[in-house]
Amino acid sequence: MSTISRSIWSLAWRESRTARRRLLLYMSSISLGVAALVAIDSFSTNIVQSVKDQSRALMGGDVSFNSSKPFAPAMDSLFDSLSHHGLSFARITTFPSMAVVPRTAGTRFAQVRGVTDNYPFYGNIVTEPAGLWPTLQGGANAIVDPSLLTSLNAKVGDTLRLGFGSFTIIATIKDVPAAAGIAEMLGPRIFIPARYIAETQLVVFGSTADRTVLAKLPPNVDPDNFVKPLRKRIENQQVRVRTVTQTEMQTSDAIENLTSFIGIVGLVALLLGGIGVASGVRAFVARKIDTVAVLRCLGASSGQVMAIYVVQAAGMGLAGAAAGAALGVAIQFLLPQVLTDFLPIDVKVRLVPAAVFTGLAVGGWIALIFALRPLLALRNVSPLQTLRRDTDAEVLRMHWSDVPRIAVDVALVLSVVGIAFLRARTTRQALSISAATGVAILALVASAALLSWAARKGLRTGWPYVVRQGVANLYRPGNQTRAVVLALGFGAFLVSTLYLVQHNILRRFTTAAAESRGNVVFFDVQQDQAAGLDSIIRSRGNEVVQTAPVVTMRIAAINGKRVADLTPGPVEQNGHRAGWAYRREFRSTFRDKPASSETIVSGKWFGANALKAVQDTGEISLEEGIAKEISVKLGDIIVWNVQGVEIPTRITSLRKVVWTRFEPNFFVVFAPPALKDAPKQYVLLTQVKDPQAVTPLQRAVVNQYPNISSIDLTSIKRTVDRIVARVSLAIRFMALFSLAVAIPVLFSAVAATRRARVREGVLLRTLGATRGQIAKILLAEYSLLGVLGGLTGMLLAMAGGWAVVRYLFKVPFTLPIAPIAGIALVIVALTLLIGLLAGRDVFRETPIAALRDV
Amino acid sequence: MLIAREVTKEYMSGEQKLAVLRDVSFSIPQGAFVAIVGPSGSGKTTLLGLLAGLDTPTRGTVLLDNADLGTLNENERARLRGEKVGFVFQTFQLIPTLTALENVQVPLELRGTPGAVERARDLIDRVGLTGRGHHFPTQLSGGEQQRVAIARAFANSPKILFADEPTGNLDNTTGHRIFELLRSLNSDGGSTIVLVTHDSTLAARASRTIRLLDGAVVEDTGTEGSAG
Repeated sequence: MSTISRSIWSLAWRESRTARRRLLLYMSSISLGVAALVAIDSFSTNIVQSVKDQSRALMGGDVSFNSSKPFAPAMDSLFDSLSHHGLSFARITTFPSMAVVPRTAGTRFAQVRGVTDNYPFYGNIVTEPAGLWPTLQGGANAIVDPSLLTSLNAKVGDTLRLGFGSFTIIATIKDVPAAAGIAEMLGPRIFIPARYIAETQLVVFGSTADRTVLAKLPPNVDPDNFVKPLRKRIENQQVRVRTVTQTEMQTSDAIENLTSFIGIVGLVALLLGGIGVASGVRAFVARKIDTVAVLRCLGASSGQVMAIYVVQAAGMGLAGAAAGAALGVAIQFLLPQVLTDFLPIDVKVRLVPAAVFTGLAVGGWIALIFALRPLLALRNVSPLQTLRRDTDAEVLRMHWSDVPRIAVDVALVLSVVGIAFLRARTTRQALSISAATGVAILALVASAALLSWAARKGLRTGWPYVVRQGVANLYRPGNQTRAVVLALGFGAFLVSTLYLVQHNILRRFTTAAAESRGNVVFFDVQQDQAAGLDSIIRSRGNEVVQTAPVVTMRIAAINGKRVADLTPGPVEQNGHRAGWAYRREFRSTFRDKPASSETIVSGKWFGANALKAVQDTGEISLEEGIAKEISVKLGDIIVWNVQGVEIPTRITSLRKVVWTRFEPNFFVVFAPPALKDAPKQYVLLTQVKDPQAVTPLQRAVVNQYPNISSIDLTSIKRTVDRIVARVSLAIRFMALFSLAVAIPVLFSAVAATRRARVREGVLLRTLGATRGQIAKILLAEYSLLGVLGGLTGMLLAMAGGWAVVRYLFKVPFTLPIAPIAGIALVIVALTLLIGLLAGRDVFRETPIAALRDV
Repeated sequence: MLIAREVTKEYMSGEQKLAVLRDVSFSIPQGAFVAIVGPSGSGKTTLLGLLAGLDTPTRGTVLLDNADLGTLNENERARLRGEKVGFVFQTFQLIPTLTALENVQVPLELRGTPGAVERARDLIDRVGLTGRGHHFPTQLSGGEQQRVAIARAFANSPKILFADEPTGNLDNTTGHRIFELLRSLNSDGGSTIVLVTHDSTLAARASRTIRLLDGAVVEDTGTEGSAG
């Protein structure tokens, strides 16, 4: 037995000699899918590992306590008592400021971090010149992001003004563990010693500042166990507690969300590749009929025949998967360079054997199972074919009730569902992927059947001969209608879905940014500075688009229930977010007309009475998202604690807000009378037409009012545009990638019937058909196939894209007609090109040579 | 050792039954050299397929070395072919992806016979192709290809060899050489040879001729000696 199987192996190897390259070409259909899976899996494993390695350094400690208000005395005494038990605490206060270098008169919005001398507990801050971090605390020093020096035209050694304080720039930051995220693009970072914060006079009552206390635990204490008993004590202190493990999990989660979408694309590409393999192997099988018949004559059993070709297919499938895996590993090493702007950490790229192995196994299996179906037909090849040869289609026909065939079909479906479960993050997602794939395939098979039927029924004898011949090719025995429509439609489906998803997600950013009416925002404007600021802006010929008062407040009670009773249990168990929303600080405004970035979705804007005078219960309008989060509806009563004074209000409307528009937006808008006299600050949005005038204006304002910060939105828009461009490039790359997958698949589909087409074309030529006539026949057939495959794919993509955009990304869906039509045209053109390429042998060879050959 | 009893083969041609062979009976003893002749469409090739176990008759029996082919399934018949039957075809039917030597090895390897390479090389020598074993079929002339096919047919020392128009694709001189090769292998090894041809000069040189016309035996020069 072992000698038999060894000789089968060697026979399989030798027999594949000339077919190897062709078989490998068909199998390469799966390579790109495998590449995508390996790349994305390796990459996400590496990121998760890097996050784990660096999470302490990212946070700077083991546990962080965070608040937008100064910590209450109760918290401070808690920190005090804990530090007697061997814990250390570092404090960071982050606040915005205009950074001014008097020597160059440069002005730039920046984020200041006042840190205590023990920050950070983990990780190193590398400075340029090197080693200066410890000297930061030696005086009124500042260590800044290099980009600040560039935009201020300053250098190390210059004096830096922050609010009312003056600092010396002693170094720039070369590397911080908590690397530049997107937030840093708003403004460069400036580190100063915590004890000099007071000199700036920027962190005062009501100003925007964020306080963080970092704790360092003894090495054997688990952060989560440490925090658990504390949660109860700090529940009502408006303090957010995070442990290093939570941060780790959240970061990993975010990464996995991103990668799972790409992974699904890879999976679908792999399935598309499987279809390519199936049609390619069908062509391969047709070429092997004669050999199999001879082998049968020479005494080979059907089992031996199957063994020979399954070994060949499996070998080549594995080779295709291996090529894909190698490509995937290569891509993985490139990814961090492309994504470096988005990642909060340094990703250490390592080879991930598990990812490579999974890619190989999944790819090899898909190739084998899809190859098995056409291969099964070889079992039925009769030795009689050596004496009398029937047509390929007749020899390879399988009965629908053929048991092994049904078994392979079932295994195929189970494989697809199984792999979907392996990839997807939830059962629902897995079922959706499987169902979508099934629906797509069924729809394509149905439309192929419809095309065949329509061709048969619709064929008119009055049509020109070449058209009749081309149309007849769609339904004649051994036609390729189903294979081509399937490959084509699936490819079109994938490419267009990706395009639609990209279009709809990115549209939100670009349109929103474009609609914004102002380009400079001033904030932290004190009550007595508003009028002065307004006149500075107007005196320079600029327009004040919006002046919004800002009043800070908390919820005191909802519908008669005090907020303490509303908190749904311990924070970490349920309603983490909801619990936070009840206790967070709201920065609310009041106005008598809705802003252009908001629309009422239910209820009515404030009535005349509400606008006129103070009422017992004032009217408010809530943003719909926050209303859901604190579970309130129209007519509910919310009592606000506005800096010690309780103000009862009724919700009279809910608004939808376009947050991505760069305008001052608010969760809660009051009818003006209730808040008119409350202590407040202002936010001003202005339109400065001349970009050159922005910096002088900022400088003039900061000279007059050092506490007022301003942001030039144009630079933010530019940053966002850059990110959008990156993302859209990435998605476009994926779409192009899918198209690249579709091409070998289409080639394989056409290859399945190429021999029959060539033989027929040559026969027609011997009967006197010109090359032009044959080209027209092919043209008629392939344009119908292309149009139908493309069209069905488009329709499927519209449904699929709508579902993904609506339910996965939760944004509204629009249909860009022109680009989608463009994709459809490309698909049709591609089909024609590949069809004519496949038929080129008909034109190249002389009839007699071709007849002898095929 | 090869017996056909009232062998009938019918095909469905549309709604109509079409009898290609009708009640064909004869018996061929071990070591005989038989030519089956007849015009195109007389049922020669169909008969060959049935005798070799490539197909099963609609009615009647074929006994090959005492095995009733009608009672065996396709895989059992394949094993029987591998052990006892050799084939030579008009179109040679060499496997294009294998070299001459490898083609000869195939039947041996399918059975797992040890020493396949040596045996194949020996056969290649015997058909006069010494040194050409590493050539692919397309690199050989028609006559050379048919020699390889004959070497392959004898690889398993078959009891019976079926040849379907073995000289049909060859010029006269080459055809006669191939015929002589078959005959010498027949007299050396004692294999039975059943040859289908429409070339009457070739047929005349066989030891016995069975003539078919419209699916029935019209002449059998060997009936007197070997009936039963």
